Amino acid sequence: MKLLSKRNGYFLIAFLATLFFYTRDGDITTSVYATGTAFALPLALAAMVGIMCERTGIVNIGIEGTMLLSAFVAFFVSSLTQNIMIGLFAAILTGSIMGLLLALMAVSWRMDQIIAGTILNILATGLTSFLYVQGKTIPNVFQAIEVPGLSKIPFFGPVLFIHGPLTFLGLAVILTLYVAIYHTPWGLRSRAVGEHPSSADTAGVSVARLRYINVTIAGAIGALAGAYLSLELVGSFERGFTAGKGFTALALMIFGRWNPLGALGAALFFGLAQAYANQLMIDQVVNIPSQFTAALPYIMTIVVLTISAGKVRPPAAEGQPYEKGQA
Amino acid sequence: MSALLEVNGITKRYPGVIANDNVSLTVNAGEVVALLGENGAGKSTLLKAVFGLIKPDSGEIKIGGTPIVFGDTAGVISRGVGMVHQHFQLVPVMTVAENLILGDEPKRGLFINQKSAREEIITLSKRYGLEVDPDAVIEDLPVGMQQRVEILKALRKDVKLLILDEPTAVLTPQEIDELIQVIRNLAKSGVGVVLITHKLHEVMAVADRVVVLRGGKLVGTTSPKETDEAGLAQMMVGRSVVLQVNRTEAKRGGVVLEVKGLEVRDDRKIMSVKGVDLTLHKGEILGVAGVEGNGQRELVEAICGMRHRETGNVLINGVATKDMAPHAVHEAGISHIPEDREKHGLVANYTIADNLVLNQFDQEPFAKGWIRNLGEVAKNADKLVEKFDIRTPSAFNTAGSLSGGNKQKVVVARELSEELPVLVAAQPTRGVDVGSIEFIHNQLISARDNGAGVLLVSAELDEILSLSDRIAVMSDGKIVAIVESKDADRNYIGRLMAGLKE
Repeated sequence: MKLLSKRNGYFLIAFLATLFFYTRDGDITTSVYATGTAFALPLALAAMVGIMCERTGIVNIGIEGTMLLSAFVAFFVSSLTQNIMIGLFAAILTGSIMGLLLALMAVSWRMDQIIAGTILNILATGLTSFLYVQGKTIPNVFQAIEVPGLSKIPFFGPVLFIHGPLTFLGLAVILTLYVAIYHTPWGLRSRAVGEHPSSADTAGVSVARLRYINVTIAGAIGALAGAYLSLELVGSFERGFTAGKGFTALALMIFGRWNPLGALGAALFFGLAQAYANQLMIDQVVNIPSQFTAALPYIMTIVVLTISAGKVRPPAAEGQPYEKGQA
Repeated sequence: MSALLEVNGITKRYPGVIANDNVSLTVNAGEVVALLGENGAGKSTLLKAVFGLIKPDSGEIKIGGTPIVFGDTAGVISRGVGMVHQHFQLVPVMTVAENLILGDEPKRGLFINQKSAREEIITLSKRYGLEVDPDAVIEDLPVGMQQRVEILKALRKDVKLLILDEPTAVLTPQEIDELIQVIRNLAKSGVGVVLITHKLHEVMAVADRVVVLRGGKLVGTTSPKETDEAGLAQMMVGRSVVLQVNRTEAKRGGVVLEVKGLEVRDDRKIMSVKGVDLTLHKGEILGVAGVEGNGQRELVEAICGMRHRETGNVLINGVATKDMAPHAVHEAGISHIPEDREKHGLVANYTIADNLVLNQFDQEPFAKGWIRNLGEVAKNADKLVEKFDIRTPSAFNTAGSLSGGNKQKVVVARELSEELPVLVAAQPTRGVDVGSIEFIHNQLISARDNGAGVLLVSAELDEILSLSDRIAVMSDGKIVAIVESKDADRNYIGRLMAGLKE
């Protein structure tokens, strides 16, 4: 490991910037970072959906739809039953079904995967618009938990250890996925299927089965991202609620080189940029139009992506249907 | 005791073709069975069925007396069957170790046990004398080493039956000898081996029994004791095949291709063509002999405009060609049969008809201005499919659906259909059956007789010796000698190829 690697460079810049802001105004900096983490989580989770699918060779552009429909189901089932736990499970079931549907289209029917993903998005937009009812409420949102002890650490406590249960669950999912992809038989097989499916096939690994499993689990993770938005972060639901987060996630996935920790880092950067833009709007330190501040996170992301992208190499078999015995 | 492998009446149909028609086969422990047949005769299909990769339509396959479940690769592997596939089944971006354990990973709890994986691989490679570095990434390894990994993968689980589908197609003569030794040792230790190869001398060297398929049907069984190479060739093709090429004296004309002081780097940026000068005359075949990896590939690619030339010139009929411009080089008069037909010769998803006009699809008569003339494309396809004996149900099937030898015929047909002054043929008969080899050889000779200059690059010394009028020997990026073929001595050339002086 080189000390002067590009990655370490990013860490250093991030650290120095944080230190600078923190010494200027500790409280506001802490709150911007805490909000940024909260903004980043759904994006990071959505990027995990992309990673799980693409690592096995399935392109999933239906993440947006999966999140939207799950957020909707989470909210309305919670409202109907007056129980957010039931809402959460209904959402996860919905996401899994969306995943299963994608697998059916992409693996069994060998459909074009861009079209299959578009179908999911249209389905979600249509269903949520049609079934949407105004004025519904849910009894409560998932409340923040303070991790005893750790939450008292200055700066890091509020940023990392005071969050709702879905945030902690989401982070656990991301870390688990990271370890699983690189250190378990499942991960090895998944990567092989995404890179060179006939190698896996000839080694006795069922390409179709693994793709079904992964895309379905990915759907459930997408549902967690959606439910987090409606049951923990916001506590309501509107039409077009996910506002393109599922697509942003695909960019973050590429930025993170299909690596869960890389995508998490990218999502944190984007989330922070958004929190920072919000703070600028509140403070009104400088007089800039709000349209510009709202666009700031996107502009910053484009700039950072362009500078740091370099050569990316997606899984080689991405988007290609596989037929057994094709070797 | 029942046979190790029993195949009873296997039939497999694909749309438009019967790949296997009621084929039966037995293999006993300790026996090496060679499966011979032309490209598209159904050999690979049969062995893929045995390995559980495809499901036959009818019939029965038994391993050690008990039937297998069709399509259950994992089940077949667990019963001691290993297969080396025609195309490498290795994940390019993964390490040797990861590739070897894939599908049956040593575990510690939920995780892969990297340590025992490494130990297992080192033991395995020691046991068979096939050294590999467990941590090397596949795509950085030369093909010979990749093949070694592929073979180790097949041998990993105490194999009782080893299936080898054209394992020697990309190997150097030394690597082939090593492999034959491995096969012999395995057979001695009681492993049954099924081998597909197009190289008849390998069959004669290693097989106990030879089974021949033609058009999906079993046409006969013989053994090297009862027949010779010509006899095997005749069984495969169904007619007598001339293994020796008949050619007349070359009528050498003016210079058509000149290579001057060419230096080229390979993919790893290492200089691999180190100042090559060549002149090719009209009406001759100039063979470039050499052990693979001595710069031949880079030389060909640089001539054809596919690789950057560090220094030096390539002139066609005295006119310099541009660096890195394959299309312009082709316009200037070079046809090219590329070494890697899958990557550079064909577009697998296009139809055979489109592949046959890839080099002139935008020219008359195949196009008028911006509009393609599909009628002419189809007419051309029918003509070439017939003339070059490309075995396909229709010229509108995709090129990817063809067997290896038929793909090669498509490339050869396309490149020879335009009569350009220079033909560069790199490994033109690799992975091709004897009948087609004879055909392709005759086509190269007739291109020469029609006045083309042919630059033939081949790793098969026999091919070079039988076709070339002059032979250039390449070693370590340099042309170390050029000899007239009538003065050529096999041993002398072999020594030069190996880098020995005189």
